[in-house]
Order: sequence, then C-alpha cells, then structure tokens
Amino acid sequence: MDWFISQTISGLTLGGVYALIALGYSLVYGVLKLINFAHGDVYMVGAIAAFGTACAFGWGQTADEYVRSGVMLAMLAVAVVSCLGLGYVIERFAYRPLRRAPRLNSLITAIGVSFLLESIFQLPGVFGASPRGFPQCELPLGPIRLAGATVRLEQLLILGGTLFFLLVCRYIILHTRTGLGIRATSFHHDYARLMGVNVDRITSLTFLLGSGLAAVAGVFVGLYQHQVDPLMGVNAGLKAFTAAVVGGIGNLAGAVLGGILMGLSETYIAGSAFSAFRDAFAFALLILILLVRPGGLLGSVAPEKV
Amino acid sequence: MMRPKQAVVAWLLAGSVLLSVCAAWAAEPSAPAAKPSGAPIKVGHLASLTGSEANFGQSCDRGVQIAAEERNAAGGVLGRPVEISVVDDQSKNQEVNNCMMKLIQQDQVVAVVGEIASSNTMAAIPTAQKYKVPLVTPGSTNPEVTKRGDYVFRICYTDEYQGRVIARFAYKRLGTKNAAVITDQASAYSINLSKIFTDEFTKLGGKVAVEVAYKKTDSEYNAQVNQALQAKPDLLVLTGYYTNVGNIVQTARKAGFEGPCVGGDGWDADTLYQIGGKALDNTYFTNHYTPDDPNPKVQAFIAKYKSRHGAVPDAMAILGYDAAMVVFDAIQRAGATEGPKIRDALAATKDFVGLSGTITIDAERNAKKNIVVVGIKDAKQYLKEAWKDE
Repeated sequence: MDWFISQTISGLTLGGVYALIALGYSLVYGVLKLINFAHGDVYMVGAIAAFGTACAFGWGQTADEYVRSGVMLAMLAVAVVSCLGLGYVIERFAYRPLRRAPRLNSLITAIGVSFLLESIFQLPGVFGASPRGFPQCELPLGPIRLAGATVRLEQLLILGGTLFFLLVCRYIILHTRTGLGIRATSFHHDYARLMGVNVDRITSLTFLLGSGLAAVAGVFVGLYQHQVDPLMGVNAGLKAFTAAVVGGIGNLAGAVLGGILMGLSETYIAGSAFSAFRDAFAFALLILILLVRPGGLLGSVAPEKV
Repeated sequence: MMRPKQAVVAWLLAGSVLLSVCAAWAAEPSAPAAKPSGAPIKVGHLASLTGSEANFGQSCDRGVQIAAEERNAAGGVLGRPVEISVVDDQSKNQEVNNCMMKLIQQDQVVAVVGEIASSNTMAAIPTAQKYKVPLVTPGSTNPEVTKRGDYVFRICYTDEYQGRVIARFAYKRLGTKNAAVITDQASAYSINLSKIFTDEFTKLGGKVAVEVAYKKTDSEYNAQVNQALQAKPDLLVLTGYYTNVGNIVQTARKAGFEGPCVGGDGWDADTLYQIGGKALDNTYFTNHYTPDDPNPKVQAFIAKYKSRHGAVPDAMAILGYDAAMVVFDAIQRAGATEGPKIRDALAATKDFVGLSGTITIDAERNAKKNIVVVGIKDAKQYLKEAWKDE
C-alpha cells in the first residue's frame, strides 16, 4: 500500500510535467496541424533559464523564506519570459515563412530548430555539454509520512503548481477572446479569417501559450530532478508528444489525460521488478491504445476530406 | 700492494670516469632533444566530447594532448612529431563507427586511443580489427572489451577486479550486509559491474535485497529509488556513471536514506560533486588514481593541468595521458607505423611507468593495476584507502 502511494504521487508529479509539455504539442497541432518538434527544447531552455536565475540569486544558500519564495517567483518569471520570446522567434522566423509550403517542410524545419537549439546550448560558452546540478534548497519539511509512504514536499508543490497552470490554460482557452480565436483557428483557418480572426496573430499567441507552459514544466523539473542539461528536452519531448497522441492530438483534456497516464504507467513499471522495461512498457501501452482507439483516448478520427 | 705512481693513475682514471658519468647524468635532462621533423605521425583519439559522458571525453582529451606535447618536446616518435586527431562520438554508440572510419580513412591514423565508456569501445572494435589499427582504451573496464579482438588493449584495471574490491570494501570496511543494486541498463559497464559486485557480495555472506534498473536518458529516479528503499537496504550500490549517480543519491537522501552508497570509477568527474553536493557525504567509489598521490611525476602533471584548465585532473585525464604515452612508446619500439607492428610492440609493453602506475600488458592485452577507494565529504574527494589484496 505504501509502495502504491509513493509511486502514485511520483507518477502524478511526473505526469503533470508531461501534461504541461503535451499541451504545447496539442495546441500547436490544433492551429497549424504541425508537430512542433522543437517544443521539447523550449522546455529545456525554460529549465536552463530557471537554473541561471537560481544561480544568479544564490538560491540554495539562503534560508530566508521570503527571499526563497521571491527567487522562486523570479525563476518562474525569467523562464516564462525567455520561453515566450523563444516561442515567438521560432514561430515568426522558422514556421511562418513556410505557412503556404507543404506541411512536410515545416516538420523538417521543426526538427532543424530542435537540433539548432540543442547544439547552441551544448557550446561551452553557452551552457556546455555536461549536465549541471540545480542548486538545492532545503525545504522546511523533510520527507512526509503518509500512511507509511514517503512523500516529498516538492512533489506536492509541483502537483499543486501544475494543477494551477492547467486551470489557467483552460481559462484562457475557454473564457477569453484569444481562446475563442484559437478554437476558431483550429477549426478552420479560412472560416476563422472570414469571421475576422487574425490567424497569424492567433498562431503566434498559441505558440506563446505552449512555450509558457513548457517553461513552467522546465522550472518544476529543474527543482525536482536536481539537474539540467541541453539534451533533457529530447526524451521529455518525446514522452510528452506521445502523451498528446495517446490523449488525442489537438484535444487539450486528452493531452493532460495522456500525460498523467504516461507518468503513472512509467512510474509503476520503473518502481517494480520490471524497472528495465520502463519505456518499453510505456510505449507498448501507447501502441495498444492507438490500436483500439486510433484517434487517441479523447480524440476523434475525422475522415480526411480530399 | 700498488706502487704510488700506479695508484695515482688508477685514482685519476676512477675520478675521470666518475666525472664523465656525473657530467652525462647532469647533462641529460637539459640537453635539448632533437627537434622532430618530417611528416607527423597521426594518432587518433575517439572521445565523447559532447553528450552525456562529455566530462570523460574532455578530461581524457586534455590528458592525451598534454602527452603529445610532452612527447614532441622530447623529440617526438621515430624523429617525427606526433599529431592527435580527435573525433567526437557525442557519447552515442551509433556514432562510433563513423568516427572510426573518419580517423582511419580520412586522417590516416596509425593507432587510436579510446573510448572511455565500454559500450562505445566495443562498438569501435570491428572497424579497428578490420583495418588492423590498434585500439588502446584508457578507461573501459568491462572485461569483455579486450576479448573482442587482438588489436584491442587496455591500460586500466578490469571490472572483475574493481567489482570485487567494491564488494569487499562494502562488506568488510563499511560492515553493510543488505545491498540494493541500482544499474544503468543501457551501459555494458554498469550491467557487468553490478553482476560482479552481486556475486562477490553474496559470496562474502552479504545479501542483495533488490536490483533496480534505469536508463541514462531517464532524468527522474523517484520510482526506482522508492522501489530500492522498499527493501530497507543498508547500502546502495550505484554502478552507473556520474551523470546519473549524483541525481540518484540526491533523490535517495530526500527519500530518507542515510546509509552509505558505493560505486566504481564511472563516478569520477567534477560534475558529480556539483550535482550531488552535500548528499554525497558517506559515499565511496573505486578509482585509478588519487590527487593525493605523492609521486612527483603525478604532482607535476596535476600542476600543469591545473594551470591550464583550472581544475584538478580526474582519473580519465591521467588515463588518457598514460594511454597516449603507451602508444607513442610502442610506435617508437616498433620502429614503424604499420598496424601489425605497432600491435606487436603494444603487446610487448613491459614495466612502462605511467602516472596511474606501472603498466605491463599481459597475454589477454590487459594491464594489472592498483586500485584506490575514494571517499566523499562536503562535495570533495579524499583517499579512503589504497586497496591491498587480502
């Protein structure tokens, strides 16, 4: 039982992070029908921006609660702002010029942007190739005992934070004019334009929203996983992309569901006697789900109109 | 009884002999070595300069470069300068073959130093064998490596020895009896080291309560650590590389584990201390050298390395230096640059004095070397014990 509780909390934490990243894939796919393969690297940039801020403010060296909370907010702010900028630049210069080109071209550009970011951050002057430890901060409470299981305060904080940002995202999509624009654009570009939606602007905003969520995921992961490196986005991006597909790409609730499912299944397997099959099992699950529901859990398969 | 005249002559003779010996002895270090000339002899260095084991590749390359410099200052090899061609395999197994082809076909190297990670060295062996280019690994400790081909040499100890020492140290010195073994399942080195540890630890009377696996690309270890701690172990055995070890120890400490952790030479990199920090107190690993070694040659190397790179060299820098020096020495003794001749000269390496100890290549193309147990306190290493077999 205690095994189950610890692993469930770990799985939910990891799943929440996947969900935050997966939303970015789904949002962009919704409006552009493009798999933004550079998204995992935007998340990496978020984590590294948070790392830089943490180092600059001496996070981990101070015990003052107010200073710590301040630094934490600063980390979030710097990460989000840098990722917003990055998301905008990527969309404006790598994808927008190709808007009318065949979709495959943008896909290749996305892969190119991904490699570009990874290579830039591997340069010794920028970040360097080897991983670096995230400054550690002793949280006021040690491991928390919950029905015999050990739960860490960071895990609860990250879970709460993830939930908060998911609700913010939901609010933006469902209750703001921008959200209405995003929904209209993902329905049909030309119809949206006829209704007076500025599709280019909405597309930019969608990228910004996705990048912002990735930045938040990056900050959480830096805090939680103790280390950042320029290739951390590759695996996380792949898993989050898978989560988005499992949930039904383009469907936001699906992305969250897929992320949680991915995190949980991975953690249960990794924490069992079959730990060597961590990824194999997670991806086998993906294949199984897609065999039964080709559109993903919450997605629908619309016949392609010719 | 000698007549006085003869005695004077004898004394003069003895004196002059002594003087000339002294002169020769004094002159030797300062005599300018003949400057190497002609086309350079190229030696390849296959290294992980970027990617997950970048620390290994970069340290090792610094060692190799210093070796080449010193050798050239001392007259080069066969009167010609040596030149190092370094290629980066990005810590990726699948890149190794391309890198080897580039070294052999484009750069025309006569021998290759590399890799550190056993999986990558093994990936390089088929190409080295095919083109008869000797491959000298500075740091691959997996026993399998040198069994894969007769052009492959190793100048460090093997995991069979290292794994046994870790198990004995844990059982006898730390007094631990109930171990959790955490293995990087994507690394040939880690898998094998875990196996050897488990065999020896069980033989000694200890128990391996649980075995857990991860992959070096995982970035989060809560699930595995929870699983390991479930068995209430008094020892964590982490046979993987520094990239993940620091992170895993952090996770274990946060989950409430206070006992010792042990591992092998894969731990040795500055990054470990930077990631692990204070959590690394009460952890130990086996290594090839310690910066506390009083040997003046080692201290001179440390000083040179420090002035250049601003850090104390880790074992990989030392081993890189030794591997390159062994290769230069072999080419010199072979008197030729053909692969088979260098191979034979390498196989005949005997009592070569390196920084990491004296290197004699045995019939299995391995070197028998000393092992040190390093402890960590306040994110700094100290010599825990220079291991002596008992």
